[in-house]
Amino acid sequence: MTYEFLVASAIGVLVAGGIYLALRARTFQVVLGLTLFSYAVNLFLFASGRLVLNRPPIWDKAVTEYTDPLPQALVLTAIVITFGMTAFVVILALRSFLETGSDHVDGDNVPCDGDDGEAGRGE
Amino acid sequence: MAYALTLFTLVALPFAAALVIALVANGSRALHSGIAAAASAAGLILLASMAGPVIGGAVPSATVSWVPTLGLDLTLMVDALGLMFAGLILGIGLLVVIFGHFYLYKGEATGRFFASLMLFQGAMLGIVLAGNVLLLLVFWELTSLSSFLLIGFWQHKAEGRQGARMALAVTGGGGLALIGGMVLLGLAAGSFDLATILERGAQVQASPLYPVLLGLILIGCFTKSAQFPFHFWLPHAMAAPTPVSAYLHSATMVKAGVFLLARLWPVLAGTEAYTVIVSSVGLITMVFAATVALFRHDLKSILAYSTISQLGLLVMLLGFSLEMAALAAVLHILNHAAFKAALFMVAGIVDHETGTRDIRRLGGLAKAMPVTALIATLAAASMAGLPPMGGFISKELMLYETPNIALFGLPWLVPLLATVGATFSVGYSLRLAWHLFFGQPRKAEPHERAHDPSVGMWAPSALLTALAVLLGLVPMLLAGPLVGAVTGAVIGGAAPEFDLALWHGVNLALILSMIAVAGGVLLLWRHAGLLRAWDSIAHSDAKRMFETTLAFADIWVRKAIVAVHTPSLQRMLLMTFGVVVAFIIDGALEGGGAITGVQPGIPASAPAIVAWALMIAATAAVVNDSRQRFRVLIYISVIGLVVSLAFVRFSAPDLALTQISVEVVTILLLLLALNLLPKAPPLISSSPRKWRDGALATAGGVLIGGLAWAMLTRGAGETISAFHLANSKPGGGGTNVVNVILVDFRAFDTLGEIIVLGIAGLAIFALLDSAARGSAGARLARWQEDMPHSPESHPMMFVMASRIALPLTLTVGIYLFLRGHNQPGGGFIAALVVAIAFLLQYLAAGYDWTDRRRRFSEHRMIAWGVLVAMATGLGAMAFGAPFLTSTFEYFTLPLIGTFELASAMLFDTGVFLTVLGAVLLALAQLSHISQRAARAYAEGLDAETGEPDDAAQGVAP
Repeated sequence: MTYEFLVASAIGVLVAGGIYLALRARTFQVVLGLTLFSYAVNLFLFASGRLVLNRPPIWDKAVTEYTDPLPQALVLTAIVITFGMTAFVVILALRSFLETGSDHVDGDNVPCDGDDGEAGRGE
Repeated sequence: MAYALTLFTLVALPFAAALVIALVANGSRALHSGIAAAASAAGLILLASMAGPVIGGAVPSATVSWVPTLGLDLTLMVDALGLMFAGLILGIGLLVVIFGHFYLYKGEATGRFFASLMLFQGAMLGIVLAGNVLLLLVFWELTSLSSFLLIGFWQHKAEGRQGARMALAVTGGGGLALIGGMVLLGLAAGSFDLATILERGAQVQASPLYPVLLGLILIGCFTKSAQFPFHFWLPHAMAAPTPVSAYLHSATMVKAGVFLLARLWPVLAGTEAYTVIVSSVGLITMVFAATVALFRHDLKSILAYSTISQLGLLVMLLGFSLEMAALAAVLHILNHAAFKAALFMVAGIVDHETGTRDIRRLGGLAKAMPVTALIATLAAASMAGLPPMGGFISKELMLYETPNIALFGLPWLVPLLATVGATFSVGYSLRLAWHLFFGQPRKAEPHERAHDPSVGMWAPSALLTALAVLLGLVPMLLAGPLVGAVTGAVIGGAAPEFDLALWHGVNLALILSMIAVAGGVLLLWRHAGLLRAWDSIAHSDAKRMFETTLAFADIWVRKAIVAVHTPSLQRMLLMTFGVVVAFIIDGALEGGGAITGVQPGIPASAPAIVAWALMIAATAAVVNDSRQRFRVLIYISVIGLVVSLAFVRFSAPDLALTQISVEVVTILLLLLALNLLPKAPPLISSSPRKWRDGALATAGGVLIGGLAWAMLTRGAGETISAFHLANSKPGGGGTNVVNVILVDFRAFDTLGEIIVLGIAGLAIFALLDSAARGSAGARLARWQEDMPHSPESHPMMFVMASRIALPLTLTVGIYLFLRGHNQPGGGFIAALVVAIAFLLQYLAAGYDWTDRRRRFSEHRMIAWGVLVAMATGLGAMAFGAPFLTSTFEYFTLPLIGTFELASAMLFDTGVFLTVLGAVLLALAQLSHISQRAARAYAEGLDAETGEPDDAAQGVAP
């Protein structure tokens, strides 16, 4: 097993999970799907600089070989923006649930209280 | 370029005035109208300073390059045509401002009124002074928009809103056609510079694009100038306050179409198509609207149709493609502006003083308001084309030209119809004056209070009427040089020999004119009978037709949107993912070759394989268990942790730090949101749908994974990163190349990113802040605790630990920030760490406790962050370097030693503030909402059980 295989397969699995969850009907699942998808995209972007061990892009007189810093810079902002996007989508989902009483992505009227959700309410 | 400053000031003045008036919108009526009048007067003075040379043939112009690659320049130029129109716009604008001051009541929104009026004036000036056709289009659209504001000024009136909407739909729609036409014109002429285009008439007319661009430009002109069949918006625009009507429909808005026809005359006119289309549309409009005007009863409606008719006359004259006809048009533009603005003001005065504009209820007003009657009668006489008024001369010139044009091979057609139109013009003009001011009063009530208004109200119209009279009495003295110069500018050469005078001897024009006057008197005499006949014919209602068309378009557009843009997110995402997967498959098939490249891999260590397996398992668990929402958050954090470790392993310490801190914040956010969302709702997807989505997801995963594999097993080749590595220390002054890229090499990207993040934070605040109202608020109030909670909501140990941790974490944050330029860290990471420190306080001690001790506003933090980052960038420009260029210097202080200060550090401070503000704003607001719901619930429980419950009261003292 090489690191390349581990990273490539992890990206594949995250994408598959992300697509599947993004296609679900409830907003929270879609948020989870987007989160998985974002991990995959960030890893992919990062991997475009190739995998390099123990050569961080910190300049030093004694060092001549570094990993590619540019994808790292792009991914760094991408991670922060991912947070902004996730936060916005979660709050949008929350507001639409509060507004309509439904957490269906298309606003369809669906039951929102499962067995477990009901459990704490008996008191 | 001698006049560059004058030109730009001239166009900028009204916009500046609009801005100033809007800023003092709460001020007095006199302040608003005073600013507007001062701006108009100053504009007139500036214009006058150029008048002499321009009439002498000079064409002052000034250019500032704007988007040179598109041919879009800020070019202004003033030739005689522009001078005349600018003079009308500013002169009548000044009079309208004075009239409007007295017309509007003190309580009305005069600030909004005069600000919109100045905005409109600026847009009109821009049209007539633009020296670049693309710039002209910008101002053209601006007139449509600002006239919308003016026509709909009385927002509480339905007809005002409808009229404004209709005007915007028609003129704005025509504006779209005009954009197409002008761009084609620019392509055909090979330039967007107006002066250049005007010289290339032959080239444009020979171009295969000519028929298309002609059609599109004409649609733009005809809609703006209310030509048949686009005329219907103008009468409905009469819902505007009368000063607006006086301005828009005498000298400005509707004249813009006429202006453009005149402006482009050398380029477009002269062809068979142009002559036939433009002169017949003008002719039809003139006759049709004059007929309708005869049978209207509302004063402003009569004037509206007469305006349409007069515009038809102007369009027809320009359509003749004859030089003398162009001269007649120029003279009539002056005449019409004078008498029509005066008449609209009279209509406003009558309305103001009697309370009605219905001509059937008025009559014999000459006794009660003699000054108004005198003004109106003279202006109406000019409109009728009676000697010795200015209108008589321009109508004579028009009739004189009609036999020279043979439409559809019929030489008598144009003279005949033009005479008919002139007859009806005499008819409605005489009726207006006669039924309003002479004969017997028809209804007693309006007359009891009728009287002449104050001088300020009638003086503007008196001045205009005096002009209309003088244009007839001493035309050569008053307007001869101007008309000659303008005509020269229109036809693009020397003006033909002409002599403006009332008496040219007996000729065909005079005979036709006499027939028209006699016919007009006959029409007035027989008006009652004609009106009965007119009323017995069914008339189509343009407004209803317009609304039906609009409703029809609305339905079909909706259907089309639903067909291509389904309102279901699930279906849309399915299609998106499906298309992407199809593209990758297609690309893979096309590219061929082996998936695996030749680059040898790096053998993985055992711990790495374990971490990988953990992550795969966690992903599977997220998908499989997505209903158990709290548990899923644990799986998600496992994935985030493994990703952070991967960054550590693959030489990306900055990313690892960012990822782990973002992970903490994200999980906190999801936890807070879940508190209010359903915790474990039943699944609703059907089995076939799951299989279908599963298949697509697998295909996507395999393809993207394969893509990553193909990429990773091949070398990177030559990249631009070598530059960044080489210049980071010498150029950027930092050894952490990732940070230097963020705050220096690609700082512009980063600036965009923090702005996006700031917007996201503000949008979240807005979504949550307004959630307390309406149905969302009601649902929040009904919220019930549905999770088992610890009996003590703020455990003492946790609270104390978090308070001790706060200064420590802040220190770590500052440390990470300061070393960021040279070692892993920087603004992003520091902000996230500091945010976590504060969020911990919210978590431990509750929102209220923390909020009371908060000394800063997140909104301001976001704003300051963006401002600091931008100011850093602009600071570089102050030193003549491009935006966001960084600089650094080494300093030495005793004790501390040598250290470095870089301007990039200041930029990073901006990043820090924005990120911190956005994160805190989002999470604090969310916890605020949660805690409010929890407290409401707890209070409800208290009321039921009578037991004290400090669950939501914050930590016990």
